[in-house]
Amino acid sequence: MNGPIRKVTVFVSLLMAALLLNLTWIAVVRADSLNEDTSNRRVRDAEFSRNRGAILVGNQPIAQSVPRGGRFPYIRSYPQPEIWSSVTGWYSYDYARSGLEHTYNQELAGTSSGQSVGRAVDLLTGRRSRGANISTTLNPAAQAAAVRALGDQRGAVVAMNYETGEILALVSTPTYDPNRLATVDLTAEREAWVELLDRPDEPLKNRAVREIYPPGSTFKLVTAAAALEDGMVPSTEVDSPDSLPLPNSNRSMGNSTNCGGTRVSLEQALKTSCNTAFGNLGLQLGADKLLEQAEKFGFNQEPTIDMTAAESVFPTELDEAQTALTAIGQFDVAASPLQIVQVAAAIANDGVLMRPHVVSSVTNSDLTVLSSNPSERLSAPLSPSSAEHLQQMMIATVEDGTGRPAQIDGAVVGGKTGTAQTAPDRPPYAWFVGFAEEPKVAVVAFVEDADVERNDISGGRLAAPIFKAVVEALR
Amino acid sequence: MSAAVQPAVSAEVIVFRQRRNVELVLIAFAQLFGFVGWVLTHLNLYDVLPENLTTVAAIWFGLGLAAHLVVRFRLPYADPVILPSVFLLNGLGLAMIYRIDQIPEPPRTDASTQLLWTALGLGLFSAVVIVLRDHRRLQRYPYLLFIGGLTLLLLPLIPGLGVTSGGAQIWIRLFGFSFQPAEVAKILLAVAFAAYLYEHREVLALAGRRVLGIELPRARDLGPILVMWLASLAVMVFQNDLGTSLLFFGLFTVMIYIATERPAWPILASILFVGAALAANAFTNHVPRRVNAWLDPFSNYDANLQIISAQFGYAWGGLFGRGWGLGRPGLTPLAKSDMIAAAVGEELGILGLMAVILVYALLVARGFKTALISPDGFGKLLAAGLSFSFALQVFSIIGGVTRLLPLTGLTTPFMSQGGSSLIANWMIIGILLVISHRARVPQAATAAPQSPQQIDDLTVVIAR
Repeated sequence: MNGPIRKVTVFVSLLMAALLLNLTWIAVVRADSLNEDTSNRRVRDAEFSRNRGAILVGNQPIAQSVPRGGRFPYIRSYPQPEIWSSVTGWYSYDYARSGLEHTYNQELAGTSSGQSVGRAVDLLTGRRSRGANISTTLNPAAQAAAVRALGDQRGAVVAMNYETGEILALVSTPTYDPNRLATVDLTAEREAWVELLDRPDEPLKNRAVREIYPPGSTFKLVTAAAALEDGMVPSTEVDSPDSLPLPNSNRSMGNSTNCGGTRVSLEQALKTSCNTAFGNLGLQLGADKLLEQAEKFGFNQEPTIDMTAAESVFPTELDEAQTALTAIGQFDVAASPLQIVQVAAAIANDGVLMRPHVVSSVTNSDLTVLSSNPSERLSAPLSPSSAEHLQQMMIATVEDGTGRPAQIDGAVVGGKTGTAQTAPDRPPYAWFVGFAEEPKVAVVAFVEDADVERNDISGGRLAAPIFKAVVEALR
Repeated sequence: MSAAVQPAVSAEVIVFRQRRNVELVLIAFAQLFGFVGWVLTHLNLYDVLPENLTTVAAIWFGLGLAAHLVVRFRLPYADPVILPSVFLLNGLGLAMIYRIDQIPEPPRTDASTQLLWTALGLGLFSAVVIVLRDHRRLQRYPYLLFIGGLTLLLLPLIPGLGVTSGGAQIWIRLFGFSFQPAEVAKILLAVAFAAYLYEHREVLALAGRRVLGIELPRARDLGPILVMWLASLAVMVFQNDLGTSLLFFGLFTVMIYIATERPAWPILASILFVGAALAANAFTNHVPRRVNAWLDPFSNYDANLQIISAQFGYAWGGLFGRGWGLGRPGLTPLAKSDMIAAAVGEELGILGLMAVILVYALLVARGFKTALISPDGFGKLLAAGLSFSFALQVFSIIGGVTRLLPLTGLTTPFMSQGGSSLIANWMIIGILLVISHRARVPQAATAAPQSPQQIDDLTVVIAR
């Protein structure tokens, strides 16, 4: 009987080998995807109980982990939630994370590859490892002023130092309290989530960077830049009829303001936000030149800011009527407030666009700098002379045009209003984008529910005061 | 194996060394694993040494010493590796059950109960060793044991007595105690098979006709085999217990193959088993669910929570594990019983679980070695069958937990929580050690003539 016993023994060793091979397979092949599975509570719990680093404005934390005992030894806390939620985003057990909590998750959690040496040291010395701190470029006064000025309205503000690219304020309203989502009381967390998600004013949307809207007349800055780059000067005159028939269509473009004549200078056209003049400019320049100029400012490109941001869109393959509409910021062109502030910042910075960034440096818990985010030139969308011309035109717009509500005593300010008509049953969007020479800042203010009559001044009336409040907070 | 060949009166006789001191050291060493695991769990969870450290140490190492002494005086020639392997596994199981006890608030005390069962198991082990003395005494009543085993196996189907738990009806409840009769049935049936097959092996091997190159047995010899097949089919269909049915059918098949030396038997049995499995897949709800949970568990997180969280546990533990008390084995349902291999994998790592599998493999290997050197055919069959039942059990439960095959509700021998399984397995170890002692004792020293071996050799000659 020994023969069969030997054969059975071989069979059994094959069974055992299969078990060992399968375990090897789990460790080598399956483990990674299993650990990345979002329903893997072990990984999520471990992540959620980590002592994450703080997000700092100056030396003040706007997001920090505070000790709490129990299954989750630390909990995320936001000291001024309503002011900073647009930047920090939320950090939740069931609903992932957003904002800087999302983009700098590895650094905050201490799991980035740059922190592996520190982790090893912590492991050897038996210390509980701690995540890195994130220092931001934000300015508390500007941020608070923006939140206050936006008030109950749905909208956004982005303020940027155009010489360095540092974001000074980044607000999307209505804001919310991320503390409600950071709780370990999962029932309360779920209720808060459902409530925030169901609210008609959609507080969880980040309107400053993650949404795109028709830019309306603020896009005339791009059209004007294309015209100046094409060799025109502020005094170049264009036809500005009361009504511009759109080529190959039975529709025509009208003006909502008095252009000041049927043939006006470029400067005059920008000051009065004259639709027909810019429509004509668009037709003269052609879709290709508009597209080229828009892409230089950052349209149709992945945003370079260190937060999750939406790509702004300049449509391609336009016919003539669509080109005229696009030149005044209508039709399918869509931009985030961040994109529009980039346009103003490049103009104000003599044609050079600095890379916008929110985080200045990442610092380990022992204060060694893990990485820093220096100011750097991103591109040069227009020549210094065109930029200077456009600055003058924007300053004139505020001194003596649709941008008058943005005037600030004792400061040189340039700007452009915008009102974007969307669907007929929805109120138009109000925009104001501008810059100040002292402090050197470009600011965009965007109000989604401009609940007033449809004329071009609403951008000036609704959004310009917000611009003004933010600039004044920075002085 | 160290063996010295000594000349005897009639022929050369192999004299095995007793190796009892080696066994004692190995037992103490093996017991350390579970003990240290328990202490580490306590340290990791509460930062202090357990209060009852010395008491537990005294009880645990005392049990090892007692088992050793019984073997030393009753079975001095028994294999010295089997008992330490079992203590290693039993200790790890106890420590892991204690660790999982600590998860709910307040902690449970299942580990103490399990320690009590371990002591009882060791008592029965000693009883087997002391009372049985010679395994050939088990050979006498194959039919009685067969009927007894079958009755036990099918007992949970009796209304009012059987208890359904976790979808499978494999428990009976008597006087407030629940009991898994299949565990004891395993012993009775293995003994009955061994006795019956040893007696009938020539007829089974030689009488019959050849069909398509396979030698089929005569119909009347096929009877008991068909009964066994139907019984395991009944277990699979009516008790919803894939594991037990696989275990018994596999045990039976391997023993008949060893007894007859005819590959036709395992081939025939495999065909029958595949047929039964296909039928179960087609006509039951239980089996297709298990198959789906095996092939595509992530298609339904709620239904396959158990197997999915076990997988997550392995991934979380990684190669080296989280450490005693530092994982989250409580997230896996039934972590103490069916899924204890998942808890081991999470806290001791993939490598830790591999080590555990290797200890099982060592235990099984020593069992087969015992079968190989056993001079009598009945002992050979019984040792091989019991060893194979361990191997099959380990393969199907750990294979199920690690998604190598569909999950079957079997216990992990010596590790899973559960008294009936523990005491039954300890008794099996007792029988194995008795066979092992008989196999290794110097032949000249025994009074009984070793005729079975000669018959066995003769059989081989005739068969060819």
